Amino acid sequence: MNDMTPEGREERRGKLKGLGHARRRVEDARFTQGKGNYIDDINLSGMLFGDFVRSPHAHARITSIDASAALELPGVVAVLTADDLRPLDLHWMPTLAGDKQMVLADGKVLFQGQEVAFVVARDRYVAADAVDLVEIEYEELPVITDPFESLQSDVVLREDLDPEAPGSHGPRRHHNHIFLWEEGDKAATEQAIESSEVVAEEMIYYHRTHPCPLETCGSVASMDKVNGKLTLWGTFQAPHVVRTVASILSGIEEHNIRVISPDIGGGFGNKVGVYPGYVCSIVASIVTGSPVKWVEDRMENLMSTAFARDYWMKGRISATKDGRITGLHCHVTADHGAFDACADPTKFPAGFFHICTGSYDIPVAYVAVDGAYTNKAPGGVAYRCSFRVTEAAYMIERMIEVLAIELGMDAAELRARNFIREDQFPYQSALGWEYDSGDYHTAWNKALEAVNYEGLRREQAERVEAFNRGETRKLLGIGLTHFTEIVGAGPMKNCDILGMGMFDSCEIRIHPTGSAIVRLGTISQGQGHATTFAQILASEIGISSDSITVEEGDTDTAPYGLGTYGSRSTPVAGAAAAMAGRKIRAKAQMIAAYLLEVHEDDLEWDVDRFAVKGAPERFKTMAEIAFASYNQAIPGVEPGLEAVSYYDPPNMTYPFGAYICVMEIDVDTGEHEIRQFYALDDCGTRINPMVIEGQVHGGLTEALAIAMGQEIAYDDLGNIKTATLMDFFMPTSWETPTYTTAFTETPSPHHPIGAKGVGESPNVGGVPAFSNAVHDAFRPFGLRHSHMPHDHWRIWKVAHELGLHG
Amino acid sequence: MIPSAFEYHRPPSVAEAIRIVSERGDDARVIAGGHSLIPMMKLRMAHLEHLVDLQDVAELRELSIADGIVRIGAMVTQHELITHEGLAQAVPIVREAALLIADPQVRYMGTIGGNLANGDPGNDMPGLMQCLDARFGLEGPEGSREVAARDFYEAAYMTDRADEEILTRITFAASTGGYAYEKQKRKIGDYATAAAAVLINAQDGRVSRASVAMTNLSDVPVWSEAAADALIGTACDAAACDAAVAAMSAEIDPQEDSRGPIEFKRHVAGTILRRAIARAWARA
Repeated sequence: MNDMTPEGREERRGKLKGLGHARRRVEDARFTQGKGNYIDDINLSGMLFGDFVRSPHAHARITSIDASAALELPGVVAVLTADDLRPLDLHWMPTLAGDKQMVLADGKVLFQGQEVAFVVARDRYVAADAVDLVEIEYEELPVITDPFESLQSDVVLREDLDPEAPGSHGPRRHHNHIFLWEEGDKAATEQAIESSEVVAEEMIYYHRTHPCPLETCGSVASMDKVNGKLTLWGTFQAPHVVRTVASILSGIEEHNIRVISPDIGGGFGNKVGVYPGYVCSIVASIVTGSPVKWVEDRMENLMSTAFARDYWMKGRISATKDGRITGLHCHVTADHGAFDACADPTKFPAGFFHICTGSYDIPVAYVAVDGAYTNKAPGGVAYRCSFRVTEAAYMIERMIEVLAIELGMDAAELRARNFIREDQFPYQSALGWEYDSGDYHTAWNKALEAVNYEGLRREQAERVEAFNRGETRKLLGIGLTHFTEIVGAGPMKNCDILGMGMFDSCEIRIHPTGSAIVRLGTISQGQGHATTFAQILASEIGISSDSITVEEGDTDTAPYGLGTYGSRSTPVAGAAAAMAGRKIRAKAQMIAAYLLEVHEDDLEWDVDRFAVKGAPERFKTMAEIAFASYNQAIPGVEPGLEAVSYYDPPNMTYPFGAYICVMEIDVDTGEHEIRQFYALDDCGTRINPMVIEGQVHGGLTEALAIAMGQEIAYDDLGNIKTATLMDFFMPTSWETPTYTTAFTETPSPHHPIGAKGVGESPNVGGVPAFSNAVHDAFRPFGLRHSHMPHDHWRIWKVAHELGLHG
Repeated sequence: MIPSAFEYHRPPSVAEAIRIVSERGDDARVIAGGHSLIPMMKLRMAHLEHLVDLQDVAELRELSIADGIVRIGAMVTQHELITHEGLAQAVPIVREAALLIADPQVRYMGTIGGNLANGDPGNDMPGLMQCLDARFGLEGPEGSREVAARDFYEAAYMTDRADEEILTRITFAASTGGYAYEKQKRKIGDYATAAAAVLINAQDGRVSRASVAMTNLSDVPVWSEAAADALIGTACDAAACDAAVAAMSAEIDPQEDSRGPIEFKRHVAGTILRRAIARAWARA
C-alpha cells in the first residue's frame, strides 16, 4: 500500500541492507565458532607432509648435504635439495620485484632460516624428526646486516648476479646494490631548499617489522597424474596471479591448474608473494604422486616469510619563516634483505613512496631510493598499507614535527597552513600523483575540536612545570597526524604485477527466484568481503544483501583478478561489482519494459524495482524481473540474468584522516599509557560503518604494536632475535587502548560509488600518531627525533639522555 | 615446533613418580603445568624419552592453612593460588604476585611447584618464596628433606634439587603486615624486566621487620638482606629507601637482552623497589 510513499521507499531500502548499513558480518558465525576452513584444515587421502631444513647461518657456503640418515627413517618419502630442483629449473624462482630467489639453497645461504632442503614424510612428526637428521656442512662467510655497510663492502652477497649488468630497475653501482629509483625535480628541489629561510633535516628510520598474521603461510598441492590437473590450496592474497606464475614456472598449462584460497587467517601483505614452501609442495606432489601439505610454524613465519619496512629515510624539508613549506627532499636507503622480493607493482621498486608529500601543498620535491642487499630475510611487503605508503606517511609526519620545532611553531598550525585546500582538488603533486579529492581542513578542525586541542596544550604546559618542580614523573605527549594514502592499485597504464594489469573483476549470476551469487577476483583475509560486497550490490540491483552469496578465491570459478592487498578490494573490485550491477540493471530495465509494455525510457529505478514514470503503482521488482528472465521468451533479449565486469580504475583513490593520540609517559620505567586516541577517517562513501570501525580498531592496534615495540631485530651475526611471540610484540586486549572513531565523507569522484578503501588507513596514520605522541612528550625537554620502536628501554634512554633522571 | 617422540607416564603417587624417574635417570623429566618444559621440547632444546606427568597425584594438589603455617602442594595452580580466599587473607602478597604471572590461560595450567623447581630466573615465585622465607619439601629415592628457598637456587636452571628428586610441597608462615609485589613487563605474558617482592612490619611508626627479594635481575632470585636491613628501624623515609635501593643494587647482576641494556634494568630495578617499598609501607 505505502510502496509509493517516501516512507515505503525507505522501508524497502532498509530491507536491502545496502550501502551505509551497519550489517553484521556474515563470516563471523563460522569464525567465532571454530568453523572456518583454513589451510591446515585441509586433509586429503594419502596426504604427505613437507618440512624445511633451514640454515642456522646468515651467510655461509654449503660444502655438503647428506640426507642418507633422514631417508632411512621409516616414513620419510623424499628429501629435496637444489640439485633435485635444478633439472626442472625450479631451484630459483622469479620474485615479484624483478629479482630471483632461491627456492632451495643453491651453493650458499644468505639469511638465517633460509630453506636448504625439503623433507617429505608421511606425517608432520616424522618430517620434523627427519629434518634433524639431514646433515649439512657450512663454511661461514662474513655477515652484513646493515644496508649502508653493504653498499661499501667488498663482500659479495649475490654471487649469481653479474656486478656489471643492470638490474631490472636500471644500473647497479655496487655488487650489493639493487636499484636507484628517483622521482621529482632534483635540481629545482635542491635550489628551493638552499634558498629557503628555514631548513629541517633528520634521518628517520622505519624499522624492520613483520605482518605476523595469526595463521601462518601454507599450501596443499595435489597433482592428479591421471587427468594432469594440479590443485593448489594456499594462503594466497592473489590466487589468480599464483595460478599464472605456477603455470609459467611448472610448464603445466594454466587450465590444468586450479588455485584455491580457502579462509585466510589474516594476510597484511605477508601472503602476497610466492614462497619456497609453495613451490616445494607442488614439486613434491608431482614427484610423489600424493598430495603434499606444507605449513610453517610461527618461528618460520617470523624468520623467513616476508618482512615489512626497514627504510632509512633522510629527509630535508624547507619553509619560509612564517611556515609555508617550500620543498621536500628525501633519500632512502632500503634494506631488502637477501633477495629483492618486495611486493610492488612492477614499475615501482619503491612502491608509492612518492606519496611522501602527504597532505601538504609542497611546490617542489625529489625522492631517491637506493635498494641494498643484506644477510636478512627477503620481503619488503606492504604490511597493512599500500606499497611503501606507511613509510612515506611516517617520514613526512615526522618531518613536519621537526620542522615545527625548527620554526618554533605549533605543529597543528603548521599542518593547517600547508594543507592542500579543498578548491585545489584534483591536485597534482610535485611527485606526479593526481589526488582525486579531499577536504583536509574540515577534518583537521573537527579533530582538534573533538579533543580540545588547546586545552591539551595548556595541560601539557602545566605538566612540564609540575615535572620541573618534582611533583610528577610522568610527561604528557600529544601525537598529531594528518595522513593521505594512495590506494586502489591500479590503473593498467602504469600498474601491473609480473605483467598482469591491476584491474579487478566481478561476475554476477541472478537466480530465477531473485537471489544471487557474486564472484570476484579478490580474496578476503578477514576484511569481510562477503558482507560488504553484497551491500554494494544490494544498493545497485535491489536485492537484499542477505540474498547475495559472495564467493572468492577459487580460480576455476571466480573471474580473474589481482587479489586483495594495498586497500585495493573496494576501490577496484568494489567498482567492478557496482559496474557489473549496473549491467544487470540495464538488462533488467529492458525486461521490465517488455513486461510493463512501455518503452525503456519510460521507466525509472526505485530502490528494488523499475516503475513507470508518473505511475509508480505500475512496477516490476528485481525478483519479478529475474524470474521473467528465465521463463519468458523476450524478443531481442537473451534468457538469464548475468553480468561480468572487469574494471580498470582511471586513478588511485586517496583516503585521508586526522589522528590524535594523547599519551602519558613514565620517564623512570619508559612505560606509556594511552589516555585518548581519536581517529577521524575519510574513506569516501562508507559501505558498512561497523566494518569500518572494526578495520580502524584492528589497524590502530597493529600501528600501536609497530610504534611501541614490534620489530624484527638481528644481532651482528645475522641471528634473528625476535622469532617468537615472547619477543615479537603482538598486543592483546590488555595493551590495547580505547579508540574513538569519527569520520568525514568526501566521495571519490571517479569511483562508481565514491568509495576509497579504509582497511589500511589506521596503520598508515596510526604509526606516526603514536610515535609523534612519544616525541611530543619529550619535545619541551629538547628532543627532536628518536627511532622507533618506542619500547620501554628506548623511551627510558631518551629520558636518560635528556638528563631527566637527575 | 614438534617435539621428538617420548613415552608418557601418569603415575598416581609421588612414590611411583620417583620410581620411574629413578629408573630412567637423565632420560626422564617430571612435568607439572608444562609451560616451561613443553616449549623447550617443541623447540627441541629438551629431548626426553620419558615424561612423567604429576597431574594424577592428588596429594600434590592440597593447600592448607593451619596454626599460621601455609602448606601448598606442588601441583596447585597459579589460578588456585589467586582464587583461594584463605590464602589471600593469610598471605595476600601471593595473590598480588600470581596475578602478574603470564596470562589467565597460563595460570590455569601453570603450577607453583613447576614455577619454583625449574630454576628459570624469569619466574616470579622463587623470589617471592625467598621473600617469605619459604621451605621446599623434596622427595627422592633416599626419602624426603627440606631446603630453604633462600638456599635452593644455585644458577640459572640449577638448583639444590637432585635429578631424581621431586619438589612436592612449599611451606611458609602467614605474614601479617605490609606487602607489595611490583613488576614491570613489556606486555601480558612476558617475564619481568624487573620485579620486587617486599614485606614490611611496622611498630611505633618504624620498620620492625622487612624482607626484600628481586626477580629476573640475576641468574638466580636475589633476596637482599642488606636492603631489608637498610629499612629496619627507620620510618621508611627517602633516605632509608635510597639506602635499600643502593644495597639491592649491589647484589643484582642484570644482563642485557631484548628487554633492554644493563643500565636501564638497574634503573628500573630501583624504581620498582621504591614503589614496592612505598606500597608495602602504606599497608604496614
